[in-house]
Amino acid sequence: MTYHAGDYDVIVVGAGHAGCEAALAAAKMGAKTLMLTLNLDMIAYMPCNPSIGGPAKGIVVREIDALGGAMGKVIDQSYIQMRMLNTRKGPAVRALRAQADKQVYPKKMKYMLENEPNITLKQAMVNELIVEDGVCKGVITETNAAYYAKAVVITTGTYMRGKVLIGELEYESGPNNQRVAKRLPEQLEELGFELVRFKTGTPPRVNSRTIDYSKTEIQPGDDEPLSFSYETTEYVTDQIPCWLTYTTKESHEIIDENLHLSSMYSGMMKGTGPRYCPSIEDKIVRFHDKPRHQIFLEPEGRETEEVYVQGLSTSLPENIQVELLRSIPGLENAEMMRPGYAIEYDAIEPTQLKPSLETKLIEGLFTAGQINGTSGYEEAAGQGLMAGINAALKVQGKEPFILDRSQAYIGVLIDDLVTKGTREPYRLLTSRAEYRLLLRHDNADLRLTELGYELGLISEERYAKFKQKVKMIEEEKKRLYKTIVKPSDEVQQKLEEIGSSPLKEAIRAYDLLKRPEMTYAHVEEIIGSSDLPRDVKEQVEIQIKYEGYIKKANEQVERMRKMEDKKIPENIDYDAITGLASEAKEKLKKIQPISIGQASRISGVNPSDISILLVYIEQGKVKRTS
Amino acid sequence: MEGDTIAAISTPIGEGAISIVRLSGDKAIDIANRIFKGKDLTKVPSHTLHYGKIVDPDTDEVIDEVIVSVMRAPKTFTVEDVVEINGHGGMIAVKRLLQLVLDQGARLAEPGEFTKRAFLNGRIDLSQAEAVMDIISSQTEQAMKVALNQLEGRLSKLIRNLRQNLLEIIAHVEVNIDYPEYDDVEEMTHHMMEEKTDVVLEEIDRLLSVAEQGKIFREGIKTAIIGRPNVGKSSLLNALVQEERAIVTDIAGTTRDVIEEYVNVRGIPLRLMDTAGIRETDDIVERIGVEKSRQILESADLTLFMLNNNEPLTDDDRMIFSMLDDMPYIVIINKTDLENELDLKEVEKLADGKKIISMSLKHQEGIEALEEAIKDLFFENKLVDRDEIYISNVRHIDLLKKAKRALLDAKDALTMQVPLDIVQIDVRRAWEYLGEIVGDTASESIIDQLFSQFCLGK
Repeated sequence: MTYHAGDYDVIVVGAGHAGCEAALAAAKMGAKTLMLTLNLDMIAYMPCNPSIGGPAKGIVVREIDALGGAMGKVIDQSYIQMRMLNTRKGPAVRALRAQADKQVYPKKMKYMLENEPNITLKQAMVNELIVEDGVCKGVITETNAAYYAKAVVITTGTYMRGKVLIGELEYESGPNNQRVAKRLPEQLEELGFELVRFKTGTPPRVNSRTIDYSKTEIQPGDDEPLSFSYETTEYVTDQIPCWLTYTTKESHEIIDENLHLSSMYSGMMKGTGPRYCPSIEDKIVRFHDKPRHQIFLEPEGRETEEVYVQGLSTSLPENIQVELLRSIPGLENAEMMRPGYAIEYDAIEPTQLKPSLETKLIEGLFTAGQINGTSGYEEAAGQGLMAGINAALKVQGKEPFILDRSQAYIGVLIDDLVTKGTREPYRLLTSRAEYRLLLRHDNADLRLTELGYELGLISEERYAKFKQKVKMIEEEKKRLYKTIVKPSDEVQQKLEEIGSSPLKEAIRAYDLLKRPEMTYAHVEEIIGSSDLPRDVKEQVEIQIKYEGYIKKANEQVERMRKMEDKKIPENIDYDAITGLASEAKEKLKKIQPISIGQASRISGVNPSDISILLVYIEQGKVKRTS
Repeated sequence: MEGDTIAAISTPIGEGAISIVRLSGDKAIDIANRIFKGKDLTKVPSHTLHYGKIVDPDTDEVIDEVIVSVMRAPKTFTVEDVVEINGHGGMIAVKRLLQLVLDQGARLAEPGEFTKRAFLNGRIDLSQAEAVMDIISSQTEQAMKVALNQLEGRLSKLIRNLRQNLLEIIAHVEVNIDYPEYDDVEEMTHHMMEEKTDVVLEEIDRLLSVAEQGKIFREGIKTAIIGRPNVGKSSLLNALVQEERAIVTDIAGTTRDVIEEYVNVRGIPLRLMDTAGIRETDDIVERIGVEKSRQILESADLTLFMLNNNEPLTDDDRMIFSMLDDMPYIVIINKTDLENELDLKEVEKLADGKKIISMSLKHQEGIEALEEAIKDLFFENKLVDRDEIYISNVRHIDLLKKAKRALLDAKDALTMQVPLDIVQIDVRRAWEYLGEIVGDTASESIIDQLFSQFCLGK
């Protein structure tokens, strides 16, 4: 018998990176939010690598922050090292990455949740969803508590029927020996959801005191103060380095000899693993000729000696893992503290979701994070934020909030998932974004703060500051446009020093900055400096220097939007459309795209199908108007 | 794209005594007026006909005598200004006419573009829209067939290779971005990228140089009729000419004695080579010698090789077979009304899978089968094992040009030391354009793609 335990607007099941963002967003938008997790000590836990950010992912964290999410702020308070990647490349692919203190990050996040007035945080195992007439009304825990809500967000990560594998050992488990959610996936299947089996893995951890760092290369953080959040003002000054070493011929021989013992290669493992994050076994098998692979040694925190051995993800038996570690320079005497393992889990086939992350099958039910077939803390957090926002909007009876592919990496991520599905754990890559010049690290706030503000996720104070920044950028651009640089001796001299060709005639400072070798700082030297903040100067420089490319990208976006704006009626009967190829019909019925734009991205739907669809919809309009 | 002025020949090529060039768009009347000697078309009322001459404004040469109809928006098929120029010159004249309007700023319409405009401008009502749907459905099937054939085609292969080259560049840069710390992959440099881009650019240039818009339809498929004396070559020629009401045009070629005739076989324009030779001596080999014959055969896109059912195979015949080898040809066995003296088994062996048509020109039998065979060859893209047939498609040429421009942009950016991940944007665009040729990427111009399957000028 269940007992009525409470009524809420939104219930979030799970408190990983997706769950935390979902609960915080919903709560900040005014929804009375219940957050349930299996273990309160595992909130925002980082079961794998001790880092946040990187190419594409780092930009997602900036986007989360621009929309008022938490990840950026929390990592800014808990990093041990921060670096800007791809600095020698263009501005579009620059990305921040922080090494996280794995103990501090979860603590800070938990504290933030506990202090959010609209969040009730409880430890409980959710066994079932309460579903009536295709609408999700709440959840029931294993202790028979029935909680009711208008929207439920499930963010169960790898906990659904999780199974850990190390060599021949296999046991039911979530990450790091946590309990497993068993009843929930069963119920999801009963409700008609299609589940897939994915796997991921993690490398062994070793004790720092047993590493001979003299045999490795140091990888320090950047000296320049960096932050993910636009609101951060304090920076860590005593950063901790990472270290780089390599596998050896001996390592490869050990793997070759023991491959049959790896869970992955002995046939024990059924799940599909990600190609972009291969186990060391995979690397050796697939790139057998490569003489060595990079291994990064990453400290897991300030007050721990555990070191994460990045690049050595494995499901080999424990004794082989030890042997393997000791074949690596610097790790000859390493003490393994935890073995690496592979984990298999259930995920939802993500094409069963709407772009709002609400499930198509059950109204009011949202899913986010690894349960949707992604991997990575950042991908999870981005979805969590969107699911939380949309759950709150649902409660308010408002239209869903959807980011398109030109607005954010989060938009790319969700569009890919719900339109194309995924056959392996999905990771964001910069190449997945066709408008990446627009989706930069530096302009996440310019892209999204306004939207975050409208949703109620950005404080007035922050918004005012943001508006001020926008104004400063515009004014400085105007100033550079109006400032004419004359070919005086002094100017020509400066240009020569910079390595730029002399002026033939007077030129706008704006156009001078467009010269490939010129930077904003150079222009300042010539026309006098401004006392603008660093990020404003950076923005002015990027916007002017890459103006042509940005314009081109915007034109593409315009064309894309035209297709996105052509909405497909919800009640469309694809079977009634003559001329559609049968594969297209099946796909369209399954995905139920909301627009012609989305439909055109479904694999198996050809341009001719799209045209037929367009004509059919246009025809419907003719019918209505005549 | 939308909103510019388009033009096309709206009568079937090579048929009928009157040819119409149709223009649609804002500048239709203005463009027509610039090459029209007669009334000022910009001042005439809508829906009126005007007699005059078409004159090349550069040379003042009179191209044709014409009737021009001027129809102003919105009461036209496309709901835009429409001008139709009715000429009565043959294929050559009408093509010059089309070239003139294109030179004056019109764009060659894509197949079905007039209909598309009519549709998008709301000109087509519900029942017509349904008809459009039907056509689309049937055209889809046709398009798939064509697409399938093109998959095997040489252009597809070429384009796929080019795309592969570009994809390798793209992938390389992407890896550098997404895995910046991994030393597994060499860092792509500006120099490397430029070298790789140049290779692709060269190939696109080559393709474009042989392309020349609509070459196949302007020049026809070069067809040779060959066979021993008295086998019936001139009868076949006459039959084709009569059958198709060919426009007989004398073109002074590089040698004055070459006279060619155009025939239209089921919509496919054939240019019959050295027909003078056939008519005068009825024997190419005899008249111009083996070497010259070989040259003619080699320059032909299609050879119709005639044999006599009433005579045994000769060494000359066997020699022709060996000359033809794997060139596209059709064997015609004429005079089936007479007794069979020809070793059909040997012919079949020599033909090695090529189509063999039995024919009796005397009884008018077999011509249909020949036409069918020519059509099949054409649609299987076997007829011309040269690039130009494939890239005679206006859309393909346009896409190749766009890809070229994108790559030139990339090159400019490389010289200016723009970061590679930004140069990459142009490379990726080129890759996408090429993908549209082989149907590998859906682009935003999807609707254009399908409507292009309508018959041109409809």
